[in-house]
Amino acid sequence: MKNIVIFGAYSAIAEATARHLAPSGGRFFLVGRDSGKLDQVAADLKVRGATETHVFASDLAVPAGVLASIEALYGTFDTVDVALLAHGTLPDQKACEADAGQTLAAFEINGLSHIGLLTLLAERFETQGTGTIAVITSVSGDRGRQSNYVYGAAKRAVSTFLDGLRHRLAATSVQVIDIRPGFVDTPMTAAFDKGPLWASPDKVGADIARAIEKGRTVVYTPWFWRYIMLIIRNVPAFVFHKTKL
Amino acid sequence: MSSGPYQSWGRIDFGPQIGMRFDQRLSPLPEVETGKSILPYGNGRSYGDSCLNTGGVLIDCRHLDRFISFDPESGVLRCEAGVLLADILDMAVPRGWFLPVSPGTRLVTVGGAIANDVHGKNHHRAGTFGCHVRSFELLRSNGERLLCSPAENTEYFQATIGGLGLTGLVTWAEIQLRPVANAYIDQEVIRFHNLTEFFRLSEDSDEKFEYTVAWIDCLAKDVSLGRGLFMRGNHAPEIARTEPKAPRDGPSIPIAPPLSLVNQLSLRAFNALYYHKQRGDDDNRQVHYRPFFYPLDAIGNWNRIYGPKGFYQYQCVLPMEGGEAGMTEILRKIAAAGMGSFLAVLKIFGDKPSPGLMSFPRSGVTLALDFSNSGGKVLSLLDQLDGITSAHGGAVYPAKDARMSAELFRQAYPRLAEFSKYVDPAFSSSFWRRVEGPASQDSG
Repeated sequence: MKNIVIFGAYSAIAEATARHLAPSGGRFFLVGRDSGKLDQVAADLKVRGATETHVFASDLAVPAGVLASIEALYGTFDTVDVALLAHGTLPDQKACEADAGQTLAAFEINGLSHIGLLTLLAERFETQGTGTIAVITSVSGDRGRQSNYVYGAAKRAVSTFLDGLRHRLAATSVQVIDIRPGFVDTPMTAAFDKGPLWASPDKVGADIARAIEKGRTVVYTPWFWRYIMLIIRNVPAFVFHKTKL
Repeated sequence: MSSGPYQSWGRIDFGPQIGMRFDQRLSPLPEVETGKSILPYGNGRSYGDSCLNTGGVLIDCRHLDRFISFDPESGVLRCEAGVLLADILDMAVPRGWFLPVSPGTRLVTVGGAIANDVHGKNHHRAGTFGCHVRSFELLRSNGERLLCSPAENTEYFQATIGGLGLTGLVTWAEIQLRPVANAYIDQEVIRFHNLTEFFRLSEDSDEKFEYTVAWIDCLAKDVSLGRGLFMRGNHAPEIARTEPKAPRDGPSIPIAPPLSLVNQLSLRAFNALYYHKQRGDDDNRQVHYRPFFYPLDAIGNWNRIYGPKGFYQYQCVLPMEGGEAGMTEILRKIAAAGMGSFLAVLKIFGDKPSPGLMSFPRSGVTLALDFSNSGGKVLSLLDQLDGITSAHGGAVYPAKDARMSAELFRQAYPRLAEFSKYVDPAFSSSFWRRVEGPASQDSG
């Protein structure tokens, strides 16, 4: 029986991932801001096969929320087998450019809170010597682009942190997974026109569940983003700067 | 505003659709521009315009898809309205429960199954989907949330079952599943040579088999008119020998070809091959529930084979009295036009009443088939079929329809006036505006 914690548990991708994990049973600890929404996800996972569900309402955008949720987590579970970090928001790039306060707030919820959680979790995972830490970052961390670099930079910080953490835990059996979704059709991206590159949360959730099961390291989902980003990373600046990307 | 494009399953162009996502059942209905009507949209598996709202707004409920509770002792399931029947099966079959009624695809939402009061191969025993709905919550545009059941808000319960999404938005529903021992069906397939044999086989089978349906070759004429394969089955009490593997879904049709792949030649070949696919007249075996109930779900987006102009589906029911003569007339018309489809499905409905005021299934014989959208030619054939249906006191199924006249609709749904009282003033659909107009304007 696995103990699974999900931060940002009612985000579309987290919920879809949990649905793929629940049929094999497991005890779930769900963290998010709104306890009503957490309860709905918990009930759903219970029907799908989760053996136990716990919810903890906490605002991860403030450091106190990060500390409180880790404390509550280890008050409930002695050990954690899978930790999935899926919370975050899509900041308004233009608004961030005009307001340092918004930029810093975007960094807090999309980067610093992850780094805080990971610091606390890493210690526990290092001691227990096993388990999986999976973090949803983004393809947008692969290269800064004028349209989205505040979000991208926060995600890149997390990715680099994960690289280091993976290095540190290499001697243990702890898996550290960096999940980089491309465009996903979720409430967070409701304002965008959708094209053929867009994937459903269900598809991305299935990929994440598989990555957790198989213990991958860096996962692009859907898979073709690995190649799109390979190209984008390698486009010379004099060409890249002419694009509107 | 969010992800489109919204279409119905027939892929006929009814103009651009605007959708707004609704994925939290405790939220109020989304606010729309004044003067614009709204309509709940599930998985878009209705064939015509009953799930579309051109000029208005679709309330996209596809992500309103959480389970709420399930009691493995009693088989009572409560879930949000956007849950797919496929999700229910995946969850419930391993625990020994099955849908009480299964339409021909498992890719419909619970809300859609209620709004169209769908039926399946067990209609002669179990009635419609609505017969197994214990309760649901109906969110009205004035913000009211009505708990509807056979005992509470009964009028709204009856109006919403088969009510085409017009009475408000179903946020969640509670349904009674039926127990099964495993995922398999003991199936028999029997070849029959004409329509009279079909009626005789049906009568013999409906007693002993929970599921019965026939596929007919709608291009066969004269003495072979109405020939086909009769399929009947029961849930297997135990798994025979080694457990057969669960089937995998086949390929998906990635894009719509520039032309319909369904034409006289391909139809004739397919239908003849299908009719002769088994050597003997009888074929008995145990099969997984998926190929038995949902053969077409194995080919993703099969609707694309009809090309960019899409297709019409026609489903009518004729009362038993005169039903055989009426069906003969309909099949003759279709065979003479040479326009039928791969899948013409024939089934006898039983007399178990549905709670729904506007329910399509009623005692009699029902026929369903596709027609490639070849424009005026097919429309005039369908009008002729309407004429036969109407003359026999039958009905056409709104979930499949894109063109029936207001006149036929009124005639076939005698409780329309009663139903209209419960239609939410903010809700409408392309279908509703088409059939609700004065009957005299339509020639049928």
